[in-house]
Amino acid sequence: MDDLKKRLNQPSVESRQEWVGKLISYLAIILIGGLVGTILVFLTFKGVALFKNNGVSVWHFLSSTDWQPSHHHYGALPMIITSFSVTVLSGIVALPLALVVSIAITEMLPKKIYQFFQPLIELLVGIPSVVYGYLGLTVIVPYLRQLFGGTGFGILAASCVLFLMILPTMTSMTIDSLQAVPQKYRQASAGLGATRWQTISRVIIPSAKSGILTAMVFGMARAFGEALAVQMVIGNTTVIPKNLMESSATLTSVLTTGIGNTVMGTASNNALWSLALILLVMSLAFNLLMRLASKKGAK
Amino acid sequence: MKRLVTGVIVATIIVGLGVGWVSAQKQPPQEKVTIVGSTALQPLTEAVVESYREVKPRTSITVQGGGSGTGLSQVQAGAVNIGAADIFADQQDGIDERKLTDHIVAVSGIVPIVNPQLGIDDLSLKQLRQIYTGKVTNWSQVGGPNLPITVINRAAGSGTRVAFEQVILKKGERSINAQEQDSNGTVKEIVKNTPGSISYISFAYLNKHVQPLKIDGVKPTARNVTTNRWQLWSYEHMYTQRKTTKATREFINYMRTKKVQQTLVEDANYINIHDMKVQRTANGETRVKE
Repeated sequence: MDDLKKRLNQPSVESRQEWVGKLISYLAIILIGGLVGTILVFLTFKGVALFKNNGVSVWHFLSSTDWQPSHHHYGALPMIITSFSVTVLSGIVALPLALVVSIAITEMLPKKIYQFFQPLIELLVGIPSVVYGYLGLTVIVPYLRQLFGGTGFGILAASCVLFLMILPTMTSMTIDSLQAVPQKYRQASAGLGATRWQTISRVIIPSAKSGILTAMVFGMARAFGEALAVQMVIGNTTVIPKNLMESSATLTSVLTTGIGNTVMGTASNNALWSLALILLVMSLAFNLLMRLASKKGAK
Repeated sequence: MKRLVTGVIVATIIVGLGVGWVSAQKQPPQEKVTIVGSTALQPLTEAVVESYREVKPRTSITVQGGGSGTGLSQVQAGAVNIGAADIFADQQDGIDERKLTDHIVAVSGIVPIVNPQLGIDDLSLKQLRQIYTGKVTNWSQVGGPNLPITVINRAAGSGTRVAFEQVILKKGERSINAQEQDSNGTVKEIVKNTPGSISYISFAYLNKHVQPLKIDGVKPTARNVTTNRWQLWSYEHMYTQRKTTKATREFINYMRTKKVQQTLVEDANYINIHDMKVQRTANGETRVKE
């Protein structure tokens, strides 16, 4: 009798399993949270050093257009503008294409084509950015040079490369969100006598809206943060671009070009960290935007 | 049966490891030297390391890129044995050159290049300065065709650019805000393909697809560099801490020997340090070697 009581009062094997599982997951969460926190704190510390130790005002850094670290001019505005133009431009071109391709694949074409396309798109997502950059340098830049003259380097070349890079990401995410629309919706729409076009435009796209928006923001966030491929084709001139064919520089391209030539702790190195901080803040903003988009769609 | 095979395999591995360990114990310990820095110098360093392996097989040398700034800051912090740089340590912000010892291992000539279709092969120093400060923006102003000049610069802080500006620009002058490229190779590709473009690269990267320029009629040759008639050149440095390991010193001495300088260094189109009849200080003053 006593034995049974003891056994019943003891934690069972299953409950111990539960406990161990909880412990492991909490540890993992703490580790990841700690890592993210450390990165945030580190970047913020390094990023504000320029303003704290080297006497550069934040407003001057964000609004001045002269970037010459070796002569102590730190104006990040040209890079901020270029980063945004490149991102928006490639996003605007990629989004409709991604949408059309995913609608065609999920709603219209036979399933076999989807089975063929899906691994292909996933393969494209996985290609390293340096390959896209090299493609841009050897194919896109010379072509643009022949077409428009000049050097061929610039926002247009960077947008083309980024367009190629984010299109697969956007497409595969849009496909997922379109497939998440319940089959019943399509059947109900057909039952009401709607044509295919009416079903797609009035039922499927509105119900997948949040997913499509997320795909767009995700793709643009990737474009905004891409460094290597952009640096290879944009030309790296720190001026405010007057047209799409003039070479200019993004936040990321200045970072990759400059980091090897500066020494930790100097003003020019701190300025690069400040650029990195701007990048971080922007990607946080992109993330919030993504949250907002998916929340709005869920209502 | 299966168990027996596994047992034999495991036993073989253990015995093999043991024998390897014992024989490794008998040999003198391997010495490690790490070189980090200038990407321009990296191919030459790697070639020298390759041949050094036959001279001193017990020294293991790791060569990494990362840029001159990285090399200097890493050697100052004591993280690596040698920081390779194509600029003087005092030209780099944030480096205390008194803590480091400078070893010059090669001399690199720099030559202005233009697109071959331009039809220009000679400019004066003044014309070059006007182009790089933006006072001249069309080739017709310097005796060429009516074509806008596309200036291509090296990344700010890169050794080649520092050396170029030290000779071409006057004190206090700034070069125009132009396209900046990271490496000799990219610069050469762009100049080859873009009409009206001008840039500069080290001798080692020169080929027939780009047109090298004479300056005031002086040809960019190794011989002219040794006498400073061709003023565009820079040292390739290997910086070490004041006190460094024996293996590090031995490697640098090997790289500076006449034999290596005459074969590997000259083959890579760098200039032999023993041929130099002049020497240059960090602030750009050049004088005849005593």
